[in-house]
Amino acid sequence: MNNYQFFTYLLVLAGSTYLIRVIPFVAIKEKINNKLIRSFLYYIPYAVLTAMTLPAAFYATRSVVSAIVGILVAIILAYKNKSLTVVAIFACLAVYITELIM
Amino acid sequence: MKNYLRGLKAGIPIGLGYLSVSFTFGIAAISYGLNWWQAILVSMTTVTSAGQFAGIGMMAHPGLYWQMLISQITINIRYSFMSISIGQKADKKFKGIYRWLLGFFMTDEIFAVASQEESVKRSFFLGLSTIPYIGWSAGTAIGALLGNILPEKIMSALALAIYGMFIAIVVPEMKKGKSVILAVALAFGFSAMFYYIPVLQKVSSGLSISICAIVAALICAVLFPVSDEDDNGDKAAKKDKENNIKDKEVLTNE
Repeated sequence: MNNYQFFTYLLVLAGSTYLIRVIPFVAIKEKINNKLIRSFLYYIPYAVLTAMTLPAAFYATRSVVSAIVGILVAIILAYKNKSLTVVAIFACLAVYITELIM
Repeated sequence: MKNYLRGLKAGIPIGLGYLSVSFTFGIAAISYGLNWWQAILVSMTTVTSAGQFAGIGMMAHPGLYWQMLISQITINIRYSFMSISIGQKADKKFKGIYRWLLGFFMTDEIFAVASQEESVKRSFFLGLSTIPYIGWSAGTAIGALLGNILPEKIMSALALAIYGMFIAIVVPEMKKGKSVILAVALAFGFSAMFYYIPVLQKVSSGLSISICAIVAALICAVLFPVSDEDDNGDKAAKKDKENNIKDKEVLTNE
C-alpha cells in the first residue's frame, strides 16, 4: 500500500468517525423536552453497555470458565457498590487466578 | 483542576482495558500489512475499536473508499446517540469549540463513565479522556513494534477489565428499579440473538450493538417513561444524598 492510498483511507476512517461523534454533539444544544426522547436517552447507556458486555464478555478471555468467574466477581463487587477501578481490577485478577488453577 | 483530576482517576480502568485491546489491534495491523507508524497513526486519529479493525481489513485492498465510509457509518452510528445523550448533560461552559475538540474522545467507555455524571464538566471530560487515549495509542505502539511480548495469561486477564467496568456501572443501577432491569434484559436478549443466530452473525458487532441498544431503550421508554425534569432532579438529588451517606459510612467503617 502506497502512502497516497494509506492517507486517503485514513482520512475516510478518522474523518467519518470524528464527524459521527461531533456533529450531533455540536448541533443539538437545546434541552430536549420530548418525554419519549428523554426517556430513550435515559435508558440508552444501560442498553448500550449490556449489549456490548453480553454475551461478548463470555468469550473475551482464554476460556469461558475464567470469563464467567471474572464476570461473577465483577457482579458481586458491583452489587456492593465498589468503584469501577476496584471492580475492573478484581475481575482481571479473578480471571488470572482461575486460569492459573485450570 | 479538581474535576480534571477526578476525571483522570476515573479513566484509569478504561486505560487499562484499552491497553489490551489496542495491543491486539497493533498486532493485527502489522499482519494486514501496515507499518508500525501507520498503525499508531490510525489509533491516534480514530480512537475506536470495531471501526479500526474493520478499517485495516479494507486497507489491505485498494480502492474501497466508499465501502469504508459506509461500513464506518454503520459501525459507528452508536456514537451519535452517545453524543446526544452527553450533550444533554453537558455543563453550561461545555459548548462550542470544546464540543468540537472533546467530542473526538467519545468512545463507548468514556461515554459510559461520563453518563454517570449529573452534569458533565469539560475539565472532567478531558481528564477522563487522557489516560484512555494514552493507553489506546501506547497499546497500539507496543503491539505493532513488539508483537506478542506480554504473556497470554496477562492479556487474557486484561481483556476483562472493560467488561468489569461496564458491570460496575450497570449493576448498581439495576437495584434502583425494574425499568433498568428490563432495559438490561432486553439488550442482553437481542444481543444474544445477534451472537448465536447464524443469519444475524453476519451483522458487524458495531451495528448490532446500535440496533440492540436502540430497540431496548425505545421499548423501555414507551413502557416506563421517565418523569419530568423536576422529578429527575429530585431523584438525582436523592441519589447524591444517598451516595454521600454511603461515602460517610465507608469512611466511618474504615
